[in-house]
Amino acid sequence: MKAEEHQERNEQFGRWQIHIVSYKFDEKWICTVDNVSPGANVSSATGATREEAEKKALERAKERLAATRVTPV
Amino acid sequence: MSDYANPGVLVSTQWVEEHKHDPNVRVVEVDVDTAAYGHGHIPGALGWNWQSQLCDTVRRDIIPKKEFENLMSASGIGQDTTVVLYGDNNNWFAAWAFWQLKIYGHQSLKLMNGGRKKWLAEGRELTKEVPKYPRANYRASAPDFSLRAMMQPVYKAMENRSAVLIDVRSPAEFTGEILAPPGLPETCQRGGHIPGAKGIPWSVACNEDGTFKSADELKKIYGDKGVNGDQPVIAYCRIGERSSLTWFVLKYLLGYQDVRNYDGSWTEWGNLVGAPVERGAGS
Repeated sequence: MKAEEHQERNEQFGRWQIHIVSYKFDEKWICTVDNVSPGANVSSATGATREEAEKKALERAKERLAATRVTPV
Repeated sequence: MSDYANPGVLVSTQWVEEHKHDPNVRVVEVDVDTAAYGHGHIPGALGWNWQSQLCDTVRRDIIPKKEFENLMSASGIGQDTTVVLYGDNNNWFAAWAFWQLKIYGHQSLKLMNGGRKKWLAEGRELTKEVPKYPRANYRASAPDFSLRAMMQPVYKAMENRSAVLIDVRSPAEFTGEILAPPGLPETCQRGGHIPGAKGIPWSVACNEDGTFKSADELKKIYGDKGVNGDQPVIAYCRIGERSSLTWFVLKYLLGYQDVRNYDGSWTEWGNLVGAPVERGAGS
């Protein structure tokens, strides 16, 4: 089996850029979200469709990113 | 164009495609996202969990020698087996595993260039089947701690500038604007960096597809920052995995002799009572 319909894109959420990857494997869609700088995985989710997997992963990612405290230097 | 100092430590996705079932080759996935392996992995690859299998789970430390020998034996890896490591996030934790395997003296060791990201993007075969291999009888070498920096030597290096300290975190972590990568739990009390450290994010070493930049590009990138192998280097990040990647680049791709990974990293330094901290862009 192979990963199918692999897609990736970047989006901006507030001051954070995020990188969204989604693909289908074994009848399931998988989505991972990282924070570009430094590139750490913020969330991942699976779903029956690409939309469902992305929605779940993005909701979690945005919740976590919103909690990031920034201290001006 | 010059070649890497040790080109044998890298293999391509195509090489793994062709050799993944060789009896003397063991492919192992090590991810930041410990669920990733279960979502599908390279056929024949084992998955190691960095949190439970590559750490001492009682005190904060790398895996003890006896447990390391058990992990290798249970994975069907002998002293002569070629181990190919790969993982998500541009091989962050695969590089961390590489560093530990080198500490315990494993000789034939490689990283898959581009990691999981490249394998997926190329639409290569995946499976959910977890392979089983006959148990081996692995005997590790005495740990080579010349590859590792503990806090006291780092402190001395900061004081007397006896080594170049490289902070490989993101610019916002380096300056102290944030205490952890965006979206991740804060794991330190103070933000900033070790005084005198150079901020050179791990990602400068990688291309968009996850592969490493060429030797010439790497020499220029690090050389322009004053890191050219004529001084000892200590790399650190937050918990030691991103700095393993930079350690790998400097030690093996550029061939610098004295490169150590400070795995205590910012979660140690940023919590130390009385430790000097520099905020902002640094000197």
